[in-house]
Amino acid sequence: MSTVSLLIERLQKHFPEQQIEISFGEVTLTLTPQTLKSIANTLHTHPDFAFEALQDVCGVDYLDYGLSEWIAEKATGKGFERAALRDKKINILERQGPRFAVVYHLLSLTHNWRLRIMILLDEPLMVPSVVDIWPSANWFEREAFDLFGILFEDHPDLRRILTDYGFIGHPFRKDFPLSGYVEVRYDATSGKVVYDPVDIVPRTLVPKMIRRDQRYADDDSARGAS
Amino acid sequence: MPDLRNYTLNFGPQHPAAHGVLRLVLEMDGEVIVRADPHVGLLHRATEKLAETKPFNQSIGYMDRLDYVSMMCNEHGYVLAIEKLLGVTPPVRAQYIRVMFDEITRILNHLLWLGAHALDIGAMTVFLYAFREREMLMDCYEAVSGARLHATYYRPGGVYRDLPDSMPQYQASPWRSAADVAKQNADRQGSLLDFIEAFTDTFPQKVDEYETLLTDNRIWKQRTVDIGIVSPERAKALGFSGPMLRGSGVLWDLRKHQPYEVYDKLDFDIPLGKNGDCYDRYLVRVEEMRQSNRIVKQCIDWLRKHPGEVMLSQHKITPPTRAEMKGDMESLIHHFKLFTEGYTVPVGQVYAAVEHPKGEFGVYLISDGANKPYRLKIRPPGFSHLAALDEMCRGHMLADVVAILSSQDIVFGEIDR
Repeated sequence: MSTVSLLIERLQKHFPEQQIEISFGEVTLTLTPQTLKSIANTLHTHPDFAFEALQDVCGVDYLDYGLSEWIAEKATGKGFERAALRDKKINILERQGPRFAVVYHLLSLTHNWRLRIMILLDEPLMVPSVVDIWPSANWFEREAFDLFGILFEDHPDLRRILTDYGFIGHPFRKDFPLSGYVEVRYDATSGKVVYDPVDIVPRTLVPKMIRRDQRYADDDSARGAS
Repeated sequence: MPDLRNYTLNFGPQHPAAHGVLRLVLEMDGEVIVRADPHVGLLHRATEKLAETKPFNQSIGYMDRLDYVSMMCNEHGYVLAIEKLLGVTPPVRAQYIRVMFDEITRILNHLLWLGAHALDIGAMTVFLYAFREREMLMDCYEAVSGARLHATYYRPGGVYRDLPDSMPQYQASPWRSAADVAKQNADRQGSLLDFIEAFTDTFPQKVDEYETLLTDNRIWKQRTVDIGIVSPERAKALGFSGPMLRGSGVLWDLRKHQPYEVYDKLDFDIPLGKNGDCYDRYLVRVEEMRQSNRIVKQCIDWLRKHPGEVMLSQHKITPPTRAEMKGDMESLIHHFKLFTEGYTVPVGQVYAAVEHPKGEFGVYLISDGANKPYRLKIRPPGFSHLAALDEMCRGHMLADVVAILSSQDIVFGEIDR
């Protein structure tokens, strides 16, 4: 697409030091928390970019990235449920780098293009808030804080948004169990709602498996070209 | 002199006009809203985390349950993201079927919105009218997928099955006389396409009926004109999309500007508002129903002339047919692998967006090459709209909150996810 190449050209002109990546026809700009504010300002106000709208902000936890729960290369005599390697997963992709990321999806209505900004993060999970640039970031940042525990500096109202009042933990982190830690029920004898430790046993119905699939062998070269 | 304090009012979460489970904490000065603080998340089901624990195809059904009044459009966003990762394009017939059902879904959604919006403001009749037409469209859902609401009809690589050649019929019963049944079955004698065509022929007159009730109605105008005005600049900054953005006069529609499937081959117009108030948003949605009707008509014409495949036959992604499985070992293995572990996708991250009836429905998918998504983020349109409720309500009266809220077309399934 010609608009994508024009966007890349302008990005390279304005931010020659930043890492720009193209995959699946989408442009990703990788930044650090220190550089975010100034670059976001340029992207928003400069007529070369005119990203008026911030469509989405989300957190990502890379803890389990590239880990497989199933030995895909050889046969096993057990069923899925018993043979899923929940505790000793196989590391296939061997990803290096920080555990967390914050991802922003920008949209320019003027130029009709999109841009993804990615910020990789380790402790401290602190990113400057972009609410003063894009007001729509407000709730999306609250959500990322709620679900991943990422703190947004200078956010006007960083409260939890989706989880229950008084919730403990950040449920979308990969080390948070799917069934959670507590369950809620109404206790008739004491006449109130009580929280009990959850009694669901974790189980895997279909294990996660990563296949070294030959179908996508030439994928990296194909993606670079698009 | 005692301190004057603003009155705090709790609205919902069990209020009929809260459109589900919204808790709204309103700070009021007399009857004027000073601050509105929506508390959401009462319907949070962690759809995104659930999807991370399941093979790709098993989460399609969850997508229906996000915005539970525009089911197939949610599926469409999710399916498009997977297709983008896999690098496959469904057959053209499947694309037309998807577009047709997207537009049917848009009409379904706008009808429910119109009925509920009018009901919130005090007009009962529109709700009953709207459900009369919704019934027919839900029959289309049922004919094609077997389910009236949560269809799970789209698949990566196409749609689950082709359009049926016959429509289900009503049966006579002690409560329904044979004469009534014959009348109800009159449009159901042919195929699904005949049924939809009969619907599209009469639907514009039905929209006229709604408009007769509302558009020039003095009470309706008093309740909606100049209520909840959003300027075009503000609408963009607040991340609005869909009818909310177009109601403010911003020409932006993903079907036109970033066309997916076959929208670039179809002829339709984008209605725009002028003032960005509740009345303009109402007009925009009503006109969108007429335009959707036009699109459905064009799809019917095309689909009649072009029979063919509705699913790719790449059996690493899509299942083989029953008949193939009975005679071919390879097909049997494909079927077994697909329905036990699913398919793996290439490593990467994609963002796919569709023009959902409520706005831009985006799906951000990160894959580490496994049979499950590594991270799925749904960008719900209503989330940014509701976030702007505070700004839209300030300075308005308590009764206007209901009008503004329902003009945003809020559904909690998608906001809380």
